[in-house]
Amino acid sequence: MEAGDTLQVKDGVDQETIDAVKEVSTYKYGWDTDIEMEYAPKGVNEDIVKLISEKNLEPEWMTNWRLEALERWKKMTEPKWAMVDYPEIDFQDQYYYARPKSMVEKPKSLDEVDPKLLATYEKLGIPLKEQMILAGVEGPADKPDGERKVAVDAVFDSVSVGTTFKSELKKAGVIFCSISEAIKEHPDLVKKYLGSVVPVSDNFYATLNSAVFSDGSFVYIPPGVKCPMELSTYFRINAENTGQFERTLIIADKGSYVSYLEGCTAPKRDTAQLHAAVVEIIVEEDAEVKYSTVQNWFPGDENGNGGIYNFVTKRADCRGDRAKVMWTQVDTGSAVTWKYPSCILRGDESQGEFYSIAIANNHQQADTGTKMLHLGKNTKSRIVSKGISAGVAQNTYRGQVNMHPRAKNSRNYTQCDSLLIGDKCGAHTVPYIEVKNNSSRVEHEATTSKVDDDQLFYCRQRGMGEEEAVALVVNGFCKDVLQALPMEFAMEAQQLVAISLEGSVG
Amino acid sequence: MLKINNLHVSLEDEDKEILKGVDLTVDAGKVHAIMGPNGSGKSTLSYVLSGKEGYNVTDGSVELNGDDIMELEPEERAALGLFLAFQYPIEIPGVGNMTFLRTALNAQRKARGEDEISATDFLRLVREKAATLKIDSDMLKRPVNVGFSGGEKKRNEILQMAMLEPKVCILDETDSGLDVDAMKLVANGVNALRDEGRGFLVITHYQRLLDHIKPDVVHIMADGKIIKSGGPELALEVENNGYSDLLDEAS
Repeated sequence: MEAGDTLQVKDGVDQETIDAVKEVSTYKYGWDTDIEMEYAPKGVNEDIVKLISEKNLEPEWMTNWRLEALERWKKMTEPKWAMVDYPEIDFQDQYYYARPKSMVEKPKSLDEVDPKLLATYEKLGIPLKEQMILAGVEGPADKPDGERKVAVDAVFDSVSVGTTFKSELKKAGVIFCSISEAIKEHPDLVKKYLGSVVPVSDNFYATLNSAVFSDGSFVYIPPGVKCPMELSTYFRINAENTGQFERTLIIADKGSYVSYLEGCTAPKRDTAQLHAAVVEIIVEEDAEVKYSTVQNWFPGDENGNGGIYNFVTKRADCRGDRAKVMWTQVDTGSAVTWKYPSCILRGDESQGEFYSIAIANNHQQADTGTKMLHLGKNTKSRIVSKGISAGVAQNTYRGQVNMHPRAKNSRNYTQCDSLLIGDKCGAHTVPYIEVKNNSSRVEHEATTSKVDDDQLFYCRQRGMGEEEAVALVVNGFCKDVLQALPMEFAMEAQQLVAISLEGSVG
Repeated sequence: MLKINNLHVSLEDEDKEILKGVDLTVDAGKVHAIMGPNGSGKSTLSYVLSGKEGYNVTDGSVELNGDDIMELEPEERAALGLFLAFQYPIEIPGVGNMTFLRTALNAQRKARGEDEISATDFLRLVREKAATLKIDSDMLKRPVNVGFSGGEKKRNEILQMAMLEPKVCILDETDSGLDVDAMKLVANGVNALRDEGRGFLVITHYQRLLDHIKPDVVHIMADGKIIKSGGPELALEVENNGYSDLLDEAS
């Protein structure tokens, strides 16, 4: 009954897509939580950086690291090469630190966390409470079809509010905690790796992040360990006028494996909010890391007011031979997206993959893509990018493939497809290809198409509503990427595709 | 069941009348065939009935079981039981044939206020219907019409028809591009769906399809009008003598 098995899964997915479309008419996560917040004064300067460091009870070396970053940042200017257009950001008019008052004394366990916070995460569908998950699920291996066990680290504005499954992960030797905790508990690992993939001086936003990051997640997988469950971080921006700067550091030691999921939401605000995260991944010899993101920050309203400005630096370094990294991202949110998850293929025979769906509707602007830097011999990379533009949105794929002289016999394949809905949006493809040896091969395929009226009519003649038809056609267009996502994320992503394209036709 | 009354239709973007007063009634349980030369408006009629954009209805009306459908969206007409088997079925990359079928079926059921079909029931039903059309499980999994041969595409249309169980089925040149074996398969599929509650409008150029799908009534269409109606013998007459005699007769 092979056909039956595959179908059941697909059916479930479609079902939910349709339900989601029916049920949710606007941005689903647009409510805010009324929690007493503690803010640092607006703006960024030495005092603020010291304050953040102090609030996190950081050691001196960390404070100094931040201050150095701040000094560098002061001399830097915002990059302007991306195809995005937004009003000047006044970096001194933002809050760089906000945390729920109840978190002033860090809770010892989830039981001590403000129930309002937990309620917020529950509303987001995140199974934060360890007990609740444990009550329903026996173990990852026992429930192949049901909810898989996922360990969650949740970050609310600037502060991590809790990490689940800690003890179970500890048994396997896996460290999964907030980065502020890691700085205190595992300073040697943090010192060794922090800033080693994305240097402090890397770019304007990454440098700012280095100075003011307030929290984020830390993962260490010891040699030879396959992480017993998927790890997940949920980021939520709640406080108004607050930038969120989280820092994620993932280290996969020799021969280890981990799959990591990242989800993001924010309330509706009519003022834009800033988000500048840094993700660093270190992949040692024979290790493998899968990093999946569903980014659903508030995109702004249909007139282009508000929304998240998302400037993110994500980079993985395949340091050892045969190391593998796979980025999968579904970006439906944010008013402005500036993001290029990259792979440094340093080890021989190391592999990098990048699968991306970027949807821009209404006034959204996305400039996103990847960099594949082939340094080692026989390295391989694969890029599959699906960009969808609707409304008056602009969607740019920007990708760099670089074959170093030493990277003999390396290969890259890039497939870059753009889909247009309506006649007022734009799709752009900007590939940069640099090959410095003659044994490597680079392939680039690009297509641009429109959602075809005939396809929509065909679907509608069979009974589907117009928006349902668009969602179906677009999900088909994105299939290669959706398949690369872990199952539960694939379902969420399909729904998001449908929701984010509402109002794009008719 | 389907009542077309003095239907006048012109193209939306140029001032050209295609249908010039079509009168036609298809009763439940009957198979009506429409034959006619190229450019007589046969395919336009099928598109206008199913609600495709690009046409202006300037006069006349169309009723489906008493409901005036000309103001309805295509999906609303579908939910009322109108089905069009396309002359050129459309490809939808990345969307599994089965996913497509189930999404369509549930959309119609929802529109009619019925419960959605369960995964198990759907699977049983689709397997059963597919088997009679010699559609294997591989074809059910492949993306809708992508890489299908001409015959596979047409059989797939009939499978959709069988799954959706419409009240009125319009077949637009379903025989085009089919070899004899494929045509028999398609015709058998259609014949299996013939019953008292269902009407058919079969549009074709050739008599040969009507050897397999026996019509109750045959209409000849020319220059946007039905110029003659009769029994199955009318189709034979066209086959033997072509349209010219009939056209002369009409003018």
